[in-house]
Amino acid sequence: MITSLDTERCTACNQCVATCPRDVFEKTEHIPTIARPQDCQTCFLCELYCTADALFVHPEAEPAMAARLAPSDITPLLGEYRRESGWDEWSENPRYANQHWRMEDVFRLARDG
Amino acid sequence: MTDRVRTYDTDVLIIGGGLAGCWAAISARRAGARAIVAEKGYCSTSGVAASAGPGHWFVPPEARLREEAIARRMAGAQGLGDARWMERIIDRTYRTLPDIGTHYHYTPDDSGAIRRHALRGPEYLRALREKALAAGAVLLDHSPALQLLARPDGRVSGARGVSRQGDGDEWLVRAGAVVLATGGCAFRSHLLGGSNNTGDGLLMAVEAGAALSGMEFSSFFTVAPANTPLSRAMIFSFARYYDTQGQEIAKPATPNDHSAIAVALQGGPVLCDLSATPEIVRRQLPQISPNVSLTFRRLGIDPFTQRFPISLLGEGTIRGVGGVRVTGEDAGTDVPGLYVAGDVASREPVTGPVTGGGAVNAAWALASGCIAAEAAARSVLENPLDQTSILEPLGDAGLSTRRDRTNSSTTRSAFATTLSKGPTRPGASASSEVEIVLREEMLSPTRQYFRSADTLAAASTRLSAAWGALRDATPASAEPRERQRFRELAAMTATARWCVASAAARTGSLGMHRRTDSTDGSDVPAYVISGGADAVWTRRQAAGTVS
Repeated sequence: MITSLDTERCTACNQCVATCPRDVFEKTEHIPTIARPQDCQTCFLCELYCTADALFVHPEAEPAMAARLAPSDITPLLGEYRRESGWDEWSENPRYANQHWRMEDVFRLARDG
Repeated sequence: MTDRVRTYDTDVLIIGGGLAGCWAAISARRAGARAIVAEKGYCSTSGVAASAGPGHWFVPPEARLREEAIARRMAGAQGLGDARWMERIIDRTYRTLPDIGTHYHYTPDDSGAIRRHALRGPEYLRALREKALAAGAVLLDHSPALQLLARPDGRVSGARGVSRQGDGDEWLVRAGAVVLATGGCAFRSHLLGGSNNTGDGLLMAVEAGAALSGMEFSSFFTVAPANTPLSRAMIFSFARYYDTQGQEIAKPATPNDHSAIAVALQGGPVLCDLSATPEIVRRQLPQISPNVSLTFRRLGIDPFTQRFPISLLGEGTIRGVGGVRVTGEDAGTDVPGLYVAGDVASREPVTGPVTGGGAVNAAWALASGCIAAEAAARSVLENPLDQTSILEPLGDAGLSTRRDRTNSSTTRSAFATTLSKGPTRPGASASSEVEIVLREEMLSPTRQYFRSADTLAAASTRLSAAWGALRDATPASAEPRERQRFRELAAMTATARWCVASAAARTGSLGMHRRTDSTDGSDVPAYVISGGADAVWTRRQAAGTVS
């Protein structure tokens, strides 16, 4: 579930408002708010579209569980999904090249050894 | 209705903008038709493909490769497959999928080759959005459809719904034909990317008079780290599972059968051990599936050295099979003007009673999207949009605004006494009671893996009462999001009723549908057809009589 929107980093581009498939964010006169966190489906996709790396989604789907991480735990993790997916400024970095094509090989390895 | 309605005219309206809907939009434009996509969420992040990694059934037209692939799949389909549909989706996928290369950035494999069939979800759906826009399709994001519209002669000719963002409360599209591409229904199980998949298209189709097929093939569960939505199968292909006593749970006879884990979970936490994962796969994982490695990192678990608890996530009709019955080779339905694409349609023709999860479902989504949109575009030439005809909404489940609150609260207390296993929760609304019933009946792995006439009859009673309560209740407000939420609840409840009724009608075990009281399985292969919103019905139809 979405746990935080870093107000220092947010540039109010409102991409999260537009791209969240569950309509969790709300546009305001300033930066957007996490208006409907209970509707979050924990898909992490808002992080990919946040070029300011201001959003953090905890993998657990219930709010009580997601509240366990402290802000100091979250800061070093901001932006990792966008980076590891090789989006935007990371797109030319071979370390983050999309190797999804390996998936069928891994399944074969698991099946046949 | 309010006066803040945005209206549009188009040739082909596509409801749902995931994998199938985007390909439908691209194909409709290529066929020369105007196309509008009405998407509940955001076209490119919405739907189960967006956070997954769709491979596609992708067989070159060489030697006997296709014949062999189809023969293997026909054997697995146990009498319910249709080799012509398999051939159709293999051929269409092979010819059309490479077109995404204009907008998807492929990385060559170790030999320098491009594997065109393997695409990572977020990038694939982003590319489909851009390709649909470049083709001239109009995308309405955050625009859930609530009702189909029909001309006086019964031809489906548009839809209307609500706008969650922007300056209008409602939208209405008048169209020559409609393609439903709303996906399957996972009953809000926390399945990755599945929360928008509430069976809306199934309800709209049935309200328009379409029939469903294979809804009993809806008992599918996927392993995920406990309390997370991470239903990504690859890494779990190396898994071993242990019950609360530390005993290893025997590997299932078929890879997708998690019934032994379901039984073990009733005794307490089940732990997963991924220590058998080869070193090379551990290193490659972040570049294959970055959302898998980040999940474990954020949980503070090293999955390769530490055992961790898992849960089973219900897939409903997503990695299940059932949906709207396709009645011809053009992905049409029983209703004029209405076509279906992707997981909202029954995939029995290409997969039978076993899951098409992964490659087959993705090929079906792409190919049925293209085929449905082209057929819809052709039909518009014969039935051009008539701007003067009066359009009537079809169906109104969960959309009532007429009844008064007193009436609805009377119904609610009757519902509570009929349905609740324990005392009624004070202050619980009819809608939250319905959510509990849906969770207990449809998302319990043991309930779904071990079906019998008795358990299905009990489920039917509770779900019928839930449907009745929703029928008589009214959304708390006329606000667009509240109306959408109420309609989704009606769609999930209707879907659950068709699943349960179809499971009761198929008395023998077949594929993923398992009956503990199974009768002899030597029957002639048959489909279980279902339908009806208020009065649910089923009938058997011998295989080979539907194509």
